[in-house]
Amino acid sequence: METTAVKKYTFKDFTSDQEVRWCPGCDDYVVLRSMQKALPDMGIAKEDAVFISGIGCSSRFPYYMDTYGMHSIHGRAPGIASGVKLANPKLSVWVMTGDGDSMAIGGNHFIHVLRRNIDLNIVMFNNEIYGLTKGQFSPTSLIGQKTKSSPYGNTQPPFSPGELALGANARFFARIGGNNPKAMTQIFIDAHKFKGTSLVEVLQNCVIFNDGCYSNVTDKDVKEDKQIYLEHGKPMIFGKESDKGLVLNGLKLEVVTIGENGITQEDLLVHNAKEEDKTLHQMLVRLKYPLATGIIRSFEDVTL
Amino acid sequence: MITNTETGEVELQPEVLEAVVVRFVGDSGDGMQLTGTQFTDTSAMFGNDIATFPNYPSEIRAPQGSLYGVSGFQVHIGSIEVSTPGDNVDLLVAMNPAGLKTNLYSVKPGHTIIVDTDSFTKKNLEKAAYKTNPLEDGSLENYRVIKVAMSSLTKEALKDVEGLDNKSLARTKNMFSLGMIYWMYNRSTEHTIDFFNKKFKSKPGLIEANTKVLNAGFYYAETLELIPNSYTISPAKLPVGTYRIVMGNTATAWGLLAAAEKSGLELFLGSYPITPATDILHELVKHKHFGVKAFQAEDEIAGVTSAIGASFAGDLAVTTTSGPGLALKGEAIGLAMIIELPLVIINVQRGGPSTGLPTKTEQSDLLQAMYGRNGESPVIVIAASTPGNCFNFAYEAARLALEHMTPVILLTDGYIANGSAPWKIRNVADLPEIKNRKITESKENWHPYDRDEKTLARDWAIPGTPGLEHRVGGLEKDSVTGNVSHVPENHEKMTHIRAEKIRLVQNNIPDLETEFADSGDLLVIGWGGTYGALHSAVKQINKEGYKNIGLAHFNYINPMPKNTEEVLSRFKKIIVCELNSGQFASILKINHSKFEFFQHNKIQGLPFSNGELIEQFKKIV
Ligand SMILES: Cc1ncc(C[n+]2csc(CCOP(=O)(O)OP(=O)(O)O)c2C)c(N)n1
Ligand code: SF4
Ligand SMILES: [Mg+2]
Repeated sequence: METTAVKKYTFKDFTSDQEVRWCPGCDDYVVLRSMQKALPDMGIAKEDAVFISGIGCSSRFPYYMDTYGMHSIHGRAPGIASGVKLANPKLSVWVMTGDGDSMAIGGNHFIHVLRRNIDLNIVMFNNEIYGLTKGQFSPTSLIGQKTKSSPYGNTQPPFSPGELALGANARFFARIGGNNPKAMTQIFIDAHKFKGTSLVEVLQNCVIFNDGCYSNVTDKDVKEDKQIYLEHGKPMIFGKESDKGLVLNGLKLEVVTIGENGITQEDLLVHNAKEEDKTLHQMLVRLKYPLATGIIRSFEDVTL
Repeated sequence: MITNTETGEVELQPEVLEAVVVRFVGDSGDGMQLTGTQFTDTSAMFGNDIATFPNYPSEIRAPQGSLYGVSGFQVHIGSIEVSTPGDNVDLLVAMNPAGLKTNLYSVKPGHTIIVDTDSFTKKNLEKAAYKTNPLEDGSLENYRVIKVAMSSLTKEALKDVEGLDNKSLARTKNMFSLGMIYWMYNRSTEHTIDFFNKKFKSKPGLIEANTKVLNAGFYYAETLELIPNSYTISPAKLPVGTYRIVMGNTATAWGLLAAAEKSGLELFLGSYPITPATDILHELVKHKHFGVKAFQAEDEIAGVTSAIGASFAGDLAVTTTSGPGLALKGEAIGLAMIIELPLVIINVQRGGPSTGLPTKTEQSDLLQAMYGRNGESPVIVIAASTPGNCFNFAYEAARLALEHMTPVILLTDGYIANGSAPWKIRNVADLPEIKNRKITESKENWHPYDRDEKTLARDWAIPGTPGLEHRVGGLEKDSVTGNVSHVPENHEKMTHIRAEKIRLVQNNIPDLETEFADSGDLLVIGWGGTYGALHSAVKQINKEGYKNIGLAHFNYINPMPKNTEEVLSRFKKIIVCELNSGQFASILKINHSKFEFFQHNKIQGLPFSNGELIEQFKKIV
């Protein structure tokens, strides 16, 4: 909770004495550090932050935070976090979960927690693979993806987490590359401030079992051309030269180039994350090129 | 509400109903006379083992001041002959407000009233001189009222029947209520349908209509999972006090409320509806103004996990369910056990396995409660034994969970949960103390799993407390620091600590007591909801000249009372009676292997009958 006399913390105050055991190079480190950096700027007392996770590599997260935390059971963190928050609404409660944890075994809890809109924050580490169990396909693995349990290529069509979340009426949805700590830190702060359930999907590279799964959109040299970083109230512009943008053509989003065919910046769509009608948010979530990142939806609604 | 101001003998007489009196009342136009006559006429067709329709006058003597035009008939279902018609009705079916008004006096408190809501119109209420609608004004709070739109359901069931006038069709609605009652009391509709075939031989339309409506009522009760109240404790001799008639499930809810108040905690319930446990949820949602947080979750797993979260954050946390739900909660209960959080799990048992017999009673979840988790995962298991003491044991479950920092499974069952008893309204101040283990200040060198020397219970440090930040989790932890540990010796040590912690609860529970005899020829052992039946049977057999037959009824199952072995050793023979194929007996055999245990088991979804128990006891003695 925002209190006036909160001590000024640094990320070190949120770092536990436990040795971090993720594989070297795993994006999970980025998420950890971003969170530890975001917390001092949330304006909450250290004892009021609670991290609840399920099971998976990503779910080891609470052990590394010097806050209250629980490493619970596979897929069930949303229930536990809901209980914590209902018991003590002044806490800032975080669910740390993987793509399997949230959308396979925990799929039912995931949609219901979004539906209820309790004031919780969920960070989903989407590496499109089961990391902890050493590389089976997950509900977000792509068709054709070769994994330990799909040696001839995955045949099960994936979920798009954003579409699933908006379908379950998520009021806050953000997507961020796992190699973008600066933006991630800010998104965590915004997720905390948002009243209601906020969901942050991290496009997390697993260096061991699914290396490079996002490199065509998140790598340094391509990310500006392949991603559009959305900001509320700002025009939808992207590209290394900031010359590309999005317009609405009929019922489809279309990429245009500023300066071509008489297009000016004024013609571009302006991002309204706070709009109740989620039609455009859904289009943005579905968009493959450019991939929408940043806070896509942030509609303040009745919370439980 | 009953108030007894004279000092009375403290004796609550559990009574197991082996026979049920059902009275149907309505307007004479409802076809009551016709139906009544039909049933008295056909009583001969029913064997005693199925149902008896004693030869009552088909018109019930209405009390003075009755409203004109009310009539009815009475049915007696069960295996025992009833010699007096009496006014003790177990179930009243009131087809209209006047019928309710004139017959309410006869219904035993806590028992069931089925009403045709379609008939509770403004006009009919006025005719019956009701100023307010009794279905809405709370005046029936001492009864279980089942509201059924019987007229419309009957009409709907008959929409395809041709060749009958509306009046004849409407008259069949009695059969709807009879169908419901047949289902509730396990009676087949077959005999009645045979009767229709004979009676209406020349009017096939009536055969069809009556059969359809009877079946519709039968299936309706099945769909709604209606459970009869077949367990009462007669309020004959009560100690001084003010009483409410309560159902076991209500008493359970109140026990939790009292425990929350006593321990100074807020009550959190995480639950998913399931017969026959849902009424606890229904009761607790009413108490929002007392700070009760009742959370209807998306499934049983979310029910228990939300409770675990609430417990982590410092609430008195409870989850309620029945057998299949307990199976779903197993993994999470294991989590609560290993992270050592207080949690009350209430399992209102029903007939299993799988979906089994949702509305029937059974004690077949005992081993699930004891062992139904992966790994070695001991928890406290206790059981309530009467509708009224569901209050005490819900309270006790909370007390033990909070004082020992562990999950506690409370077993009740559909039979006591839906049974009723006069329950003395208690002052929370008079209830046993509950010391929760919350700590509010950080201590030098504090570890989350530091333990109390006597109980091995850890401290309860809740989020929001500065300086006590810590992590808990399902991975094995070091016995000192609480950090994740895979050290082999540590795991063995922790397994022993968790077992010992539960064993030490023995120091915080009462000794096992015997009734009727302290020692002698036969010790009858039971546990949980069979207390009423066993108590009556042992009492009776002792009256019949068998002098030293004792009853030891267990409420504490894991751990068992300290003096259990000593009590067992005082009797020559021991018989364990349970509504399963011998689950408690198997636990006794493991723990007290030097004794021989006879068994009496019944697995029919029905409670014990007096006769069968006495016969068994005699055989063994
Ligand atoms: C009840 C249960 N089933 C299965 C497992 C095994 N398991 C642990 S983590 C996991 C998948 C984790 O994948 P994800 O959620 O994507 O997390 P990641 O490791 O990729 O971060 C599985 C199948 C378990 N721990 N518990
Ligand atoms: S297996 Fe993959 S997800 Fe897990 S820690 Fe290693 S790199 Fe990260
Ligand atoms: Mg994963």
